[in-house]
Amino acid sequence: MKPLLIKNGYVYDPLNKINGEKVDIAVKDGKIVEESQINPLEAEVIDASNKVVMPGGIDIHTHIAGYAINAGRLYRPEDGHLLLEPRVSVRRSGSGYSVPSTFVTGYRYARMGYTMLCEPAMPPLLARHTHEELNDIPIVDTVAFTLLGNNWIVAQYLKKGEYEKCAAFVAWMLRATKGYCIKMVNPGGVEAWAWRSNVKDLNDPVPHFGITPAEFIHGLSIVNEMLRLPHSIHLHTNQLGVPGNFEITLGSFELTREVKANPIKGERKQSIHVTHAQFSSYGGDSWKTFESKAGAVAKYVNSNPHVTIDIGQVVPGETTTMTADGPLEYNLHSLNYLKWINHGIEIETGGGLVPFIYSRTSPVNSVQWATGLELALLIENPFQVYLSTDHPNAGPFIRYPKIISWLMSRRARESELQRLHAVTGKRSIIETINREYTLYEIAIVTRAGQAVALGISDIKGHLGVGADADIAVYDLDPNNLTSEGIEKAFSRALYTIKSGEIVVKDGEVVREGRGKRFWVNPKVNETLERTMLRDVRSTFAQYYTVTMANFPVQEAYVPLSSEIKIETTSIS
Amino acid sequence: MDTLKVILITGRTISQGTTREGKKKLREYLESTAICEFDPEDLGKLGIKEGEIVRIKTNDGTVVVRAKLSTQTPHPGIVFIPLGPWANEVIGSDTDSIGMPSFKSTPAEIEAAPHETILDALTLIRGRQATCQKS
Amino acid sequence: MPKIITDVVCPYCGCLCDDLEVVIENNKIIETRSNCELGTKRFLDSDIPTRLKTPRIRVNGEFKEVSMDEAVQRAAEILVKAKRPLLYGWSSTECDAIKVGVELAEELGAVFDDTTSVCHGPTTLALQEVGISTCTLGDIKNRADLVIYWGCNPLQAHPRHLSRYTTFPRGFFRERGQENRTLVVVDVRKTDTAKLANHFLQVKPNYDYELISAFRLAIKGYKVPDFVGGIPREKIEEIAGIMKRSQFIAIFFGLGVTMSGAKNRTIDNILSLTRDLHKFTKCVIMPMRGHYNVTGFNEVSTWETGFPYAVDFSRGYPRYNPGETSTIDVLMRGEVDAALIVASDPIAHFPKEATKHLMSIPIVAIDSHESLTTEVASVVIPAAIAGIEVDGTAYRMDHVPIRLRKILEPPPGVLPDRQILARVLENVRRLKGEAQ
Repeated sequence: MKPLLIKNGYVYDPLNKINGEKVDIAVKDGKIVEESQINPLEAEVIDASNKVVMPGGIDIHTHIAGYAINAGRLYRPEDGHLLLEPRVSVRRSGSGYSVPSTFVTGYRYARMGYTMLCEPAMPPLLARHTHEELNDIPIVDTVAFTLLGNNWIVAQYLKKGEYEKCAAFVAWMLRATKGYCIKMVNPGGVEAWAWRSNVKDLNDPVPHFGITPAEFIHGLSIVNEMLRLPHSIHLHTNQLGVPGNFEITLGSFELTREVKANPIKGERKQSIHVTHAQFSSYGGDSWKTFESKAGAVAKYVNSNPHVTIDIGQVVPGETTTMTADGPLEYNLHSLNYLKWINHGIEIETGGGLVPFIYSRTSPVNSVQWATGLELALLIENPFQVYLSTDHPNAGPFIRYPKIISWLMSRRARESELQRLHAVTGKRSIIETINREYTLYEIAIVTRAGQAVALGISDIKGHLGVGADADIAVYDLDPNNLTSEGIEKAFSRALYTIKSGEIVVKDGEVVREGRGKRFWVNPKVNETLERTMLRDVRSTFAQYYTVTMANFPVQEAYVPLSSEIKIETTSIS
Repeated sequence: MDTLKVILITGRTISQGTTREGKKKLREYLESTAICEFDPEDLGKLGIKEGEIVRIKTNDGTVVVRAKLSTQTPHPGIVFIPLGPWANEVIGSDTDSIGMPSFKSTPAEIEAAPHETILDALTLIRGRQATCQKS
Repeated sequence: MPKIITDVVCPYCGCLCDDLEVVIENNKIIETRSNCELGTKRFLDSDIPTRLKTPRIRVNGEFKEVSMDEAVQRAAEILVKAKRPLLYGWSSTECDAIKVGVELAEELGAVFDDTTSVCHGPTTLALQEVGISTCTLGDIKNRADLVIYWGCNPLQAHPRHLSRYTTFPRGFFRERGQENRTLVVVDVRKTDTAKLANHFLQVKPNYDYELISAFRLAIKGYKVPDFVGGIPREKIEEIAGIMKRSQFIAIFFGLGVTMSGAKNRTIDNILSLTRDLHKFTKCVIMPMRGHYNVTGFNEVSTWETGFPYAVDFSRGYPRYNPGETSTIDVLMRGEVDAALIVASDPIAHFPKEATKHLMSIPIVAIDSHESLTTEVASVVIPAAIAGIEVDGTAYRMDHVPIRLRKILEPPPGVLPDRQILARVLENVRRLKGEAQ
């Protein structure tokens, strides 16, 4: 591997407080090093004059691998035929627009300068599937979030207040699934959905188990900090998508205010991350009175450093919704009558899919568009808000450059607003917001911020010495920005460098390869673990349909494993 | 009765399933798969007993197999041949433009065929081969 | 000294039972426990005289034994020379082999298809129109109080289905097992499965579509005709009533509905019935997948190409159009001029005319045992058996991925499918490179 020297670029590296200065970046053996460490005669030199240089993009929440996305691909061959890619040079062929196949998923992200992706919905019983697909996504590093927010064993322990045993179980689950963090989707509601029901609010008990969503959220946030996980709990709120749900969102934030972040590594301050928060920021009490409450949500975030969110920005057009939120997907199907997939996973979780068209003529979809942008523009600290579309739920990830242009240019927003329903201005305050994101802030909401929230900012999301050499060079002159230019530049990176190798050049993938899989392995006291395993063993013997020995994800599924060991034997 | 009109269905059975792996040239496979299962009422109509040989004819072909008394009764008017080369002698390859041939619910006619021999699988296949060109 | 291996996964049917015990001595399987008759035979027959042990090539009409190198070289020559090769089979091997298959198909511009085409293809077409409400088998074990088998006979094709997953086991919410559940069977014959049912509906052949429509009407309170498909109105209304009063309905369906009558339209109708029932209660449905890894093929093909089967790479990118790009159709149109068959016996299982087309072209067969396909092939390559001699992933009928175990060494010189295919691919690339 040749050393690299990226010269003369305008560097945006917020974690090292570099805001557009000209800094040379030196790369050796996959890492960023001091320039003195490389021999300039041996190095490949990239002339980044008048170009923007940023750390590689990080997507904290994108549905790219596993049962749900594959069901989406399988039942939407029409989506496949929308955007086909042939086999060319080093690239494998593939298909798909909102539900792209795995090879082209990696290529399309890499073309945009992204180098790390987080698959947010891994059902433990189906974890092998998630890892198999992640192994087929080229170039990028990946993690997978383990779904635990409707798990029977978690519910039973938390209801009894047995936090230590719950922590032991969660530790075992994270190790068994090679997962990265505790993910919750409509906690309690998906278990209720197995009986054709849902939970109405944070205090509505789950049928049979009696635990409330509040108890799930609060309990798992405590467990999360007992285990000292790098990321906080990652929450898809109850009653997502329903008018008036912003109260539940604020209530969810409150549940972890007293919980102190205690990660084993990194700098995260949040004790809760609420994902695709746009869908959880609605006012009104019906579709007729539907309005944005992003202001109220942003206000809370602005005075509470224990919260981070990603926005889940709606982009007009066709897409496919997919979540573990079974009742939500049934409700969407009841709205648009498009083909519906429903799934239930024994003991653990569920989910569903429905294709969706965000229409510019729809008042609700137009207000949804405004809500996501309002969140990003009203939250003052960009380290608390990240760019996402909950791909593909609010739109395919290939639309990120368009969203960046909306954040950076008021005119670009106005131009979109003019095409939307007239009611948008009355149900949101988007028209009144003048703020325009700077490139520095974009670097935070698409890279640096995610790295901190994920607890991986030691090696990701920055360009200082010691970081992984994941770098993006964009054809953008900071002195000469236009919204079209911004969108174009972020769509096709001039260079994407992954682990020190040039993988994209002039917007096209020139090198194949596979990234690492990060996962966490928290250890607990052995006696505690043995006690917990007795409970787990009996659940497997009586209620699961696979044996306990066959359940954990074997080493073979993580060939490029990057284990984060956490010794937490203080838990007893 | 000389000719019995029936609906033919084909499908899986345990004994077909346990003899299909590596045993297609063996007697076991022929005995489990070159058969036609009848409801006793239909055997009676045809005037034959279990174990006798019958000829089955559909629009797509003819095959000679051994009659068996079905254990999945009652089903008068329906006969069952396990999935395999004998069944496929009388199944058409038209897929209704969706890729799937009609392996089940084909109209068929059955006659007693006491003097016919049941071909073993290999001979059956070679017979087909003889009627096509190899490149 | 016999060795007992536990938690062994059975590589036969879509049940993919993973609780087997296998007793081994001197690298031979002596006994299997907790297994059904089909699976037991699979293990015990892994070592019978018709097991393939050496590669062979047809020379002047006769088979000649050759080295593996020669065999993969000859296989590659046949495939590269072809204008429209077909790569078929796949449902009885593990996922890593299937992945090499995708790569090979892409390299050759081939048609890439599996047994789905002649099995639950119609199911796939139907769910691509209306979606599907489903779950894992454990959800059914723990919750279902009404179990319906429509057009399938698990006691003959999936013997442990009722006892392991649906009817007999005690579940978390069904502590008394069978006593807490009602079993309904719909079939044209009174099958072994039907004999266990609380309610058996003997539908007339080709009337499943009408009967499903009748249920969809009955649950909504509409009056249905006196008889539908031979079933009296009173019975239809009785069952509809049971459905609406149930807490969790699980419907299983098989080849009885995919292979006859309206085929995919019948499935469309029953998937829609499942959806309609959500107005009253919880309902899930699941196709009874036959082979232990046919679901795995659909999964791998879908995530790597975007399409679940019948994938045509002839234009350099994947295309999907069953009826056009499916195996029986490309054979019947005489388009295919060479075939690679992996872990499958289409000569035995395809309709007559389709097999004639297959026999008129050179076939490369990769399999563990002699079959009718290996009898007529031009190249035969012996393969190790996934789940017995090779590890890898398989996907159960409910999409649960389980890792197959290697519990025995294969016969000397016999390689796993994935390695054989990798060598064929290597040779194909070399030949294509030389041609340039």
